Amino acid sequence: MSSKPMRKRMLRNVNAKIAAIPMIITTLVVFVGGTIWSVVYAFTGSKLLPKLKFVGFDQFDRLWSNSRWMVSIENLMWYGIFALVFTIAVGFLLAVLLDQKIRFEDTFRTILLYPFALSFIVTGLVWQWLLNPELGIQAVVRGMGWTSFTFDPLYTPELVLVGLLMAGLWQGTGFVMCIMLAGLRGIDEDIWKASRVDGISKWKTYLFVVIPMMRPVFITTLVIVAAGIIKLYDLVVAMTSGGPGNSSQVPAMYVYDYMFQAQNLGQGLAASTMMLLSVLIVLIPWAYLEFGGKKRG
Amino acid sequence: MKLTTKLLAASAIVSATGAFATDLEVTHWWTSGGEAAAVAELAKLFDASGDHWVDGAIAGSGGTARPIMISRITGGDPMGATQFNHGQQALELVEAGLMLDLTDVAEANDWKNKIFPSTLLDACTIDGRIYCAPVNIHSPEWLWLSNKVYEDLGLPVPTNWNEFVASAEAVRAAGKVPLALGNQPWQSNLAFGAMQVAVAGLDNWKAVNMDKNMEVAAGDAYAAVFQAAADARGLAVGSNVQDWNQATNLVITDQAAGQIMGDWAQGEFAVAGEVAGTDYTCLPGLGLNAYLSTGGDAFYFPKLEDAEKEEAQKRLAAMIVSPEAQVAFNLKKGSLPIRGDVDLSAANDCMKKGLELLASGNVMPSGDMLWTPDTQKQVEDLMVEFWMSDMDPAVAHERWVDILSNN
Repeated sequence: MSSKPMRKRMLRNVNAKIAAIPMIITTLVVFVGGTIWSVVYAFTGSKLLPKLKFVGFDQFDRLWSNSRWMVSIENLMWYGIFALVFTIAVGFLLAVLLDQKIRFEDTFRTILLYPFALSFIVTGLVWQWLLNPELGIQAVVRGMGWTSFTFDPLYTPELVLVGLLMAGLWQGTGFVMCIMLAGLRGIDEDIWKASRVDGISKWKTYLFVVIPMMRPVFITTLVIVAAGIIKLYDLVVAMTSGGPGNSSQVPAMYVYDYMFQAQNLGQGLAASTMMLLSVLIVLIPWAYLEFGGKKRG
Repeated sequence: MKLTTKLLAASAIVSATGAFATDLEVTHWWTSGGEAAAVAELAKLFDASGDHWVDGAIAGSGGTARPIMISRITGGDPMGATQFNHGQQALELVEAGLMLDLTDVAEANDWKNKIFPSTLLDACTIDGRIYCAPVNIHSPEWLWLSNKVYEDLGLPVPTNWNEFVASAEAVRAAGKVPLALGNQPWQSNLAFGAMQVAVAGLDNWKAVNMDKNMEVAAGDAYAAVFQAAADARGLAVGSNVQDWNQATNLVITDQAAGQIMGDWAQGEFAVAGEVAGTDYTCLPGLGLNAYLSTGGDAFYFPKLEDAEKEEAQKRLAAMIVSPEAQVAFNLKKGSLPIRGDVDLSAANDCMKKGLELLASGNVMPSGDMLWTPDTQKQVEDLMVEFWMSDMDPAVAHERWVDILSNN
C-alpha cells in the first residue's frame, strides 16, 4: 500500500517535467543556441548573409575604434549611473513616504505606478512633445509671459541625456517604488517596536536597520534596473532617434543599424556580443550573491 | 462554426479567382500620397494584363522596409517582386542565388539599347546576367530656393551655391534661416553628397567614387568640399526640424531661404500649390556643376519554385520597363523615367531641367551603386557627427578618407 503515494509523487513529477520540456527546449535552442550563434558569427566577416569566414578580432577592432560606438558607450554609462541612482533613491523614498500609513495610499500607489503601464515608445513620444520647444513646456511658460525662458534639452547635444533621464525616471520609478514597498512591508513590526523602545529615531532606523535588512530587495531591483538600462533602445528611438547628431546614441541602436541598415552582420553581432558581456558583468555578481550566499548561510 | 464555414468559403473564392490569373505579391516602401498614386498606376497596368498585383506596402522609409524584405527572402517566405534601390543593397542576395535571372526578358525587350543612362542597367548586372528591372531615377543634388525670401530682401535669387552662401548673411539679418536642414541623419549625408560633385567637380568626383583614388580623396579639391560643408553647417543653425518635408515646408512658408534635397521635394511644393520658377527656384547640382546622380528604384524578383509564377514575374519585369508604365508611373511620382524614348510633355519646369540633363548625358552613378551599405552607413554616421557638432573640417576629412580606404 505504501507504493501508491510514491507512484503518485512520481507521476506528479512526470507531469511537471513534461510541462517544463517546451520551455527547456526553447531556452536551450532559442536563448543559449542563439547566443552561441551570435558570438560565433561576431568573429566572421559576414555582411548581409551569415558566412563562416573567420576574421579573428577584426570586427571588435573596428568596433572599439569607431567614434559612434564610443559615444554610445559613454552615453549609456552616464545614463546608467544616473538612472540607477535616481530610480532606486527616489523609488525608495516614495516607498518610505507611502509606508507612513497615510490616507488614500492605494490611490497614490496607483498614480505613481501608472507610468509603468506605458511602453517606452509611448513614454518617449509623450516626453518628446513635452520637451519640444514649439509646443511643450517651453511654449507654455513663454505663453505665460516669461518670454526668455528656454528649455529644449532634446535639441541641445549637452543636455539631451537629461531629457532622456527625465522620461526614463518618470516611467521606471513607480515600479521600483512598488518593489521597495513590498520589501518594507516584509520588515517585521517587532523591529519597529524594538527601535521605538530603544528610542532610535525613525530615519536612523530606516538607514541602519531597515535598509541592511532589505539587501535582497535592493539587489534584485539593481539587477532589473541595470538590465533594463543596458538594453535601452525604444525610448531613444521614440524621443531623439540618436540625435542631435550622435549625441544620444546607445549601443542597441548601433547593433540594429549595422545589422540591418549597413548590412554588416558581423559588425552588429560584435557589438551585441559586447552588450552580452556587459549584461553578464551585471548578472554574475548578482547570481553569486543570491545563490552562492544562500548555500554558505 | 458559422464563422469557420464563412472563412472557408471566402478562402475558396480567393483561391478560385487566383486560378484564373497569377497573383504576385509586390513589396515596396512607397506610402506617401504621390508615391501611392504612382504604384497604383503600375498595379492597374499589371491587373489589366490579366495577372493580379497584390500590394505589399511597408510603411516607414527604406531603412525600415529593407530589413523586413530581406528577412522574408532569406527566411524562405519570398514575395513575387520587391523594391530596392538599384546598386549593392541586394548584391549578396543575388550572389546567394536567391534572385531570378531576368536576362532573357532583357534581351527580348532590348533593355540594353532602351534603358538610359546605361549605368542603370549596369547596376542590375552581376557577372553578365541581369537581375533587376529599373523603374525610376531620383537625384539628390538639388538646391531649392524660396523666391519670396529674396524678393523681400531686394536681392536677386541666387543662381548657384556660392551666391547662395554670399547672400546668407542678409538672410540671417532678416531673422530667417539661410539653409533648412532636418535633423535626421541621412539628410546631412545627402547635403554632403550634393556638395561633393558641386564643389569638387565631376573629374575629382569620378576619381574618388568610381576609381576609388584615395589620393584625390585626401587632396585639396575635397578639402574644399569639407570647407563648404562647414560653411553650410553654420547656415543651417536654427532649423530645428526632424523630417525632410518639415524642412521643405520652412522653404515653402518662406521661413528659410533654401534647402538641399532630392527631386522628390518638388512634390511638396506642388502640393502646397507653388509654381516652379515664380514661387520657388530649383538648381540641379547646386547651380555649380549641373550633374545628377542617377540613383533610384528597381524591382528585384526573388526565385520562387513555381514555373507559373516565374512567368508572371517575367511579365511584370517587362511591363515595368515598358514605355506606358514609365510614363504613368513617373508623372505621378515626379521622378525621371529610365528610358529616353518616352514623352513627358506634362512635366513641370524642374522636372524638365532634370530631363534635359539626362538627355545631355550630365549624369553619374549613385552612391548606392558604388559603395556598400556598410561604407555608406559609416559615412552617414560621420556626417551626422560633423554637421551637429563643431568638428574641424580637416579632422572630418581625414576620417572620411579613412572610412573610404577601409572599404
